[in-house]
Amino acid sequence: MGILEVQGVNKAFGGLKALSDVNLNVEENTIHAIIGPNGAGKSTLLNCFIGKLIPDTGSVVFNGTSLLGIKPHEINQLGVSRVFQTPEIFSDLSVFENVMIPCFAKRDGAFKLNALSRVLGQRDVREKAEQMLVDVNMADKRDMIASSLSRGDKRRLEMAMCLAQDPKLLLLDEPTAGMARADTNNTIDLLHEIKSKRDITMAIIEHDMHVVFSLAQKISVLAQGTVIVEDMPENIKGHPKVQEAYLGTPAEG
Amino acid sequence: MLRLTKKDISLLVVVIVLTMLAPFLLNPFPSDSGLAQFNAGYPDLMQKFVIFGIFAIGFNILFGLTGYLSFGHAAFLGVGSYAAVWMYKLVSYNVLPAVVLAVIVAGLFSVLIGYVSLRRSGIYFSILTLAFAQMSFALAYSVLSNPSFNLTNGETGLQVYANDPQIFHGDHLPNFPHLFGLSMGSTYKMAAGAWEFQFNVAYYFCAIFMILAFYLSMRLVRSPFGLILRAVKTNQTRLNYTGLNTRPYTLAAFVISGMYAGLAGGLLAATDPLAGAERMQWTASGEVVLMTILGGVGTLIGPILGAGFIKYLENIFSKINDNVLHQWFSFMPDGIEDLMVMIIHPFVGKGWHLTLGLMFMLVVTFLPGGLVEGGQRIKTWWANRKSSDKAGKPASTPAE
Ligand SMILES: Nc1ncnc2c1ncn2[C@@H]1O[C@H](COP(=O)(O)OP(=O)(O)O)[C@@H](O)[C@H]1O
Ligand SMILES: [Mg+2]
Repeated sequence: MGILEVQGVNKAFGGLKALSDVNLNVEENTIHAIIGPNGAGKSTLLNCFIGKLIPDTGSVVFNGTSLLGIKPHEINQLGVSRVFQTPEIFSDLSVFENVMIPCFAKRDGAFKLNALSRVLGQRDVREKAEQMLVDVNMADKRDMIASSLSRGDKRRLEMAMCLAQDPKLLLLDEPTAGMARADTNNTIDLLHEIKSKRDITMAIIEHDMHVVFSLAQKISVLAQGTVIVEDMPENIKGHPKVQEAYLGTPAEG
Repeated sequence: MLRLTKKDISLLVVVIVLTMLAPFLLNPFPSDSGLAQFNAGYPDLMQKFVIFGIFAIGFNILFGLTGYLSFGHAAFLGVGSYAAVWMYKLVSYNVLPAVVLAVIVAGLFSVLIGYVSLRRSGIYFSILTLAFAQMSFALAYSVLSNPSFNLTNGETGLQVYANDPQIFHGDHLPNFPHLFGLSMGSTYKMAAGAWEFQFNVAYYFCAIFMILAFYLSMRLVRSPFGLILRAVKTNQTRLNYTGLNTRPYTLAAFVISGMYAGLAGGLLAATDPLAGAERMQWTASGEVVLMTILGGVGTLIGPILGAGFIKYLENIFSKINDNVLHQWFSFMPDGIEDLMVMIIHPFVGKGWHLTLGLMFMLVVTFLPGGLVEGGQRIKTWWANRKSSDKAGKPASTPAE
């Protein structure tokens, strides 16, 4: 039984069939990569997991609960967090405030009228937020305004925000896109470290095969809206269907 | 103490000192001097400063923190005034129950309007609030005022009549809003040489509420709730995908700011037991937007400064007429005197809104952070000047 079970998901935008009959099974406590060429429907698929899109048909079940028809914040409270392809952070707030907000969401739930206590008085939240910044190596940028961060740092900040919630399932949409080699390697190390420290399942969309093969225990290949192969990394590399999807021609060895 | 940081406490102390000493501070010119017209230490003007200060502080909780721009907040102010006057009519002229009822009724009313308007954001939210406020105005002005059901007394405005029940009114009590017998209208006048300082009960009553309102808004801004409201302004999508339900947060901010407006409306009725529909008109809603932006959106002290600034200038500019202008320019040759009066005439008296509009344009263009940003710029300019003075000195000493 997987922690995330996706069955027969279809999604069309007007005439464009972005997802057709997608099946996916993410095992608990693994890193599962979703790869595929541009426009294959990878981000659309993640959107169906977080309540941003509702599939036309099919089912998405997380930890025994159907995710269809419930609100994004409810899905998040169940333990699903997402790092977006373009970083979604609170640009006008400081780095530290950015990380404190998910800590409050985790501690106080979807709404709490906590209007008379002081942010600075919440020791548990502050300590947790400090720790997250240390974990992603950004403690020195604590008081910077988030909008002034580099693109790589914005991603790391968003990752810290997601991790601050101790999610059961972390969805990462191209977390290393646009990063330099060194930053990419840091990200790989960071994800390994996170994985070793806690019980967490990750589904990661990635273009960089180096990243995919360093992290994933299982890989699903998506092309033109369908999963064409789901297998262990070692079986994916030479798979003729995969070569075809990426290169447009069947592989000849 | 007070659960505030040192910096916030000093700001609070400054506000307390300034409001308590306002009758002195706002009356710098001797009564018989020509400059006396620029004094602002009169009870009715000082009352306006603090009451509209409360209105703007509350408005800033919604607009400054969450970015939701309401164009209908005057509706809550008006509702507060009506509620207070009804309390006078039915129960007594005591201001405390009247103000409490004003806040409660405005709160309930803003739950209703906020619930519907907050289903949209951006310009659609603003238009919805404007529409609701105009509906409230129409209701107050005519619909809810007819012989069979007269809630607002229409054009005349709601006021207390001799045949009203006023069940707790007694002969020993003033026939005017009062605090357990102490009339809101009573003023102690202190003559000191050429000056006359006025200490008015209603002013101090309202000032205490403003200090409380300011303190509460400080606490709110520094709270987890305030942090999340600021997050609403910068990225609502992220907030939703972070497990927070933005709707109750924005609704709570809306209702709190509606209650502030209701408090301001109740206090207006405490200074003068009258409530009219014009208080709900869209121009009144627009005014609080201007106050907040002129003072500094999202800052603690900005809304109070903006409210004081606008109410003061309104008072000065609308008092100036052609006679005053002729007096000012009488030192000039006749032709030029007339020309100057002609040029300035459209901007004063009834034309005060023209001046306000111009000022608003200038501030938004050159000082988008309002008066607070202006103050900060002066401060850094001053600091730079000082430090460059210091830097200059050692270089010049060897030459001496
Ligand atoms: N909200 C949308 N409206 C219309 N078309 C969309 C929308 N989101 C994605 N698409 C289309 O669906 C297809 C899959 O997109 P996407 O999931 O972003 O691909 P990728 O695998 O590169 O992440 C693309 O052709 C894209 O243009
Ligand atoms: Mg994508």
